[in-house]
Amino acid sequence: MGREQQQQQQAAYTVEQLVAVNPYNPDILTDLENYVNEQVSSQTYSLDANLCLLRLYQFEPGRMSVPIVVRILIKALMAMPATDFSLCLFLIPEQVQMEEQIKTLIVLSHYLETARFRQFWEEAAKNRSTLEVVPGFEQAIQGYAIHVLSLTYQKVPRPVTAEAINIEGLSLDKFLEYHVANSGWVLKKGHSRSQLMVLPRNEFNHPELKKNTVDGMPFEHVTRIFPILS
Amino acid sequence: MASSYDYDDASLDSRHTRPPSAGQGSAGTDQGYDPNFVPDSVKTFVVHLYRHIREKNVYEIHQMYDGSFQRLSDRMFRESPWPSVEAIAPYVDNDHVFCLLYREMWFRHLYARLSPTGRQRVESWDNYCSLFSVVLHGVVNMQLPNQWLWDMVDEFVYQFQSYCQYRAKLKNKTEEELQLLRQYDQAWNVYGVLNYLQALVEKSAITDVLEREKEGLEQFAATDGYDYEGGTSNVLKMLGYYSMIGLLRVHCLLGDYHTGLKCLAPIDISQQGVYNVVIGSHISTIYHYGFANLMLRRYVEAIREFNKILLYILKYKQFHQKSPQYDQILKKNEQMYALLAICLSLCPQNNLVEENVNSQLRDKYNEKMTKMLRYDDEAYAVYDELFTYACPKFITPSAPVLEEPLTNYNQDAYRLQLKLFLYEVKQQQLLSGVRSFLKLYSTISIGKLAAYMEVDEPTLRTILMTYKHKMHAVDGDGKIIPNADVDFYISEDIVHVVESKPTKRYGDYFLRQILKFEEMIGELDRIKMD
Repeated sequence: MGREQQQQQQAAYTVEQLVAVNPYNPDILTDLENYVNEQVSSQTYSLDANLCLLRLYQFEPGRMSVPIVVRILIKALMAMPATDFSLCLFLIPEQVQMEEQIKTLIVLSHYLETARFRQFWEEAAKNRSTLEVVPGFEQAIQGYAIHVLSLTYQKVPRPVTAEAINIEGLSLDKFLEYHVANSGWVLKKGHSRSQLMVLPRNEFNHPELKKNTVDGMPFEHVTRIFPILS
Repeated sequence: MASSYDYDDASLDSRHTRPPSAGQGSAGTDQGYDPNFVPDSVKTFVVHLYRHIREKNVYEIHQMYDGSFQRLSDRMFRESPWPSVEAIAPYVDNDHVFCLLYREMWFRHLYARLSPTGRQRVESWDNYCSLFSVVLHGVVNMQLPNQWLWDMVDEFVYQFQSYCQYRAKLKNKTEEELQLLRQYDQAWNVYGVLNYLQALVEKSAITDVLEREKEGLEQFAATDGYDYEGGTSNVLKMLGYYSMIGLLRVHCLLGDYHTGLKCLAPIDISQQGVYNVVIGSHISTIYHYGFANLMLRRYVEAIREFNKILLYILKYKQFHQKSPQYDQILKKNEQMYALLAICLSLCPQNNLVEENVNSQLRDKYNEKMTKMLRYDDEAYAVYDELFTYACPKFITPSAPVLEEPLTNYNQDAYRLQLKLFLYEVKQQQLLSGVRSFLKLYSTISIGKLAAYMEVDEPTLRTILMTYKHKMHAVDGDGKIIPNADVDFYISEDIVHVVESKPTKRYGDYFLRQILKFEEMIGELDRIKMD
């Protein structure tokens, strides 16, 4: 297992290098397509390599493979909150975006971008066959949901969490237990006896933690008045 | 005025507003153009320019390039091309490199004042290929002014963009033009263009130069990229440097903003640098950098850089009034105000905008900015209008399909970028509403805020999370950067609002006043009372 991973990393290194040396070379197109599949199976990710491939498709639309584009887009969704999904869409011609599967992904992205998690999970359930191809999808989106929750909440009601990550009942208890043990979450009773999660403090949900920009002054500015002071 | 908002082809570029042909009985009207006739003034021009180049007299070269060439163009070649290169070659020892440089200027003049034919476009491409090949593979020992080297890269990218627009309009092409497109399918090929720019960056080793400069091992910005002592040629090095900016632009034209910014990364734009010595390069860098950041939702970064350059242009544009680039400067200036208006509407950060820039902005866009905050149909129309006016001229890079039925696809790339941008605007449509409520409270319950917003509680929670998500940018390293002016957090069912008050910069204020008074006292001292 360990060796396998090592090999994969080595392979990853070479494709990344290939992209760095040949950013504008159509000959690496097939390598990049294989690399997308490899990212899917090994649960790794390279935005640069995938953008490079989309760029080559953009230059030679005849060589475009829709299944590969779909995989790239799913991977990009998993990279949220980064804007990777839009970055990919900017490079995909409009008629390709009309493909059924891609249209679905655009809807999913829209739900995530507007934090409508309930709709997202409903829609995702309907399109399991597309999404299942990429392992780790659910966990990645849950990661994003938790990111948005912890930007927004100090104390978040249990039902809100449940809806965002699409886990309920006993599984949710387990999930919470895990985060209490590993991520510094605290469980509390709220006003109406419902459960509350106290999320770890960060500069986003405790804005006062944001480092105050000191009223500092660059040294060069001060030097300008030296002649006057002397 | 309204017509200037229409997104059309290159002819809208201000460089292409041809001088009114009425009036002046100009000397070189088309019928009279004889490519082999070399007037004395042109003879003198090329002879001197050639000599200065051989003597590496950068100052004189710059005078002739920036001054004499424009003056002669205005006086004698308003509506006709310069004499052909074959005609002037005998006066410059048939020097191969000089002839390539002359032709580069020849085509640039043609593009700016006349409309190039399909064949001329192809010939200009060939000329760039020969010129860059000499620089990349030959031994060039010239010293050329930065202005000229910047113009070369800039024009190269411009002509590429122009060619993409030209070949995308297939409907009214003549059989001869179509034949030309078939025959020269390698001309202005996107791989070719990108690989030339990339080769210039790599061969010049400019990124190493900039690295060593950071460590204090090499001078670059301090000498504006010239080598005053060793006298080695600055041509490859500077072409490599400017090619990074050229690559940023090409990638923006393709909608590949991430890669564009990556190409620019070796240049630290937070510092003074060689990129801001030539104003055209300064503006192009910041315009594309800001635009890419806008599309990546890094609004604060875009606002900060637009503010800086708009202030710079406001202060210094008067010195460029006579420059051939003046129209272009003004055009980009206006476009960047439009982009700034968009950024500030999506992400109000007025304390980042300097007073004078702000008052210019309000003069131009106050009404439109008020509309944009409303997020109704009229607001979308304004976002659409400003984006269309201010965006780069997006291109479709793939080769045209030269089979019937021939269609025009020159607007496809632009429509896609516009659509995706408006999609983003739509996702943010409820944010300005929630922001204006948040501003009024220090704490408010979810229920009450939902009632004010006329939505149910779960919906309000999604709006608040969307606000948080959209108001945080992700930078190149994956770091989360807060961009909100009004911030909040939710504790159970209560929203706590934290407005970041603009901290008054007393220090800077006092420093400025001290300098001002000192100046005044100095002036008073100089006044001699009779």
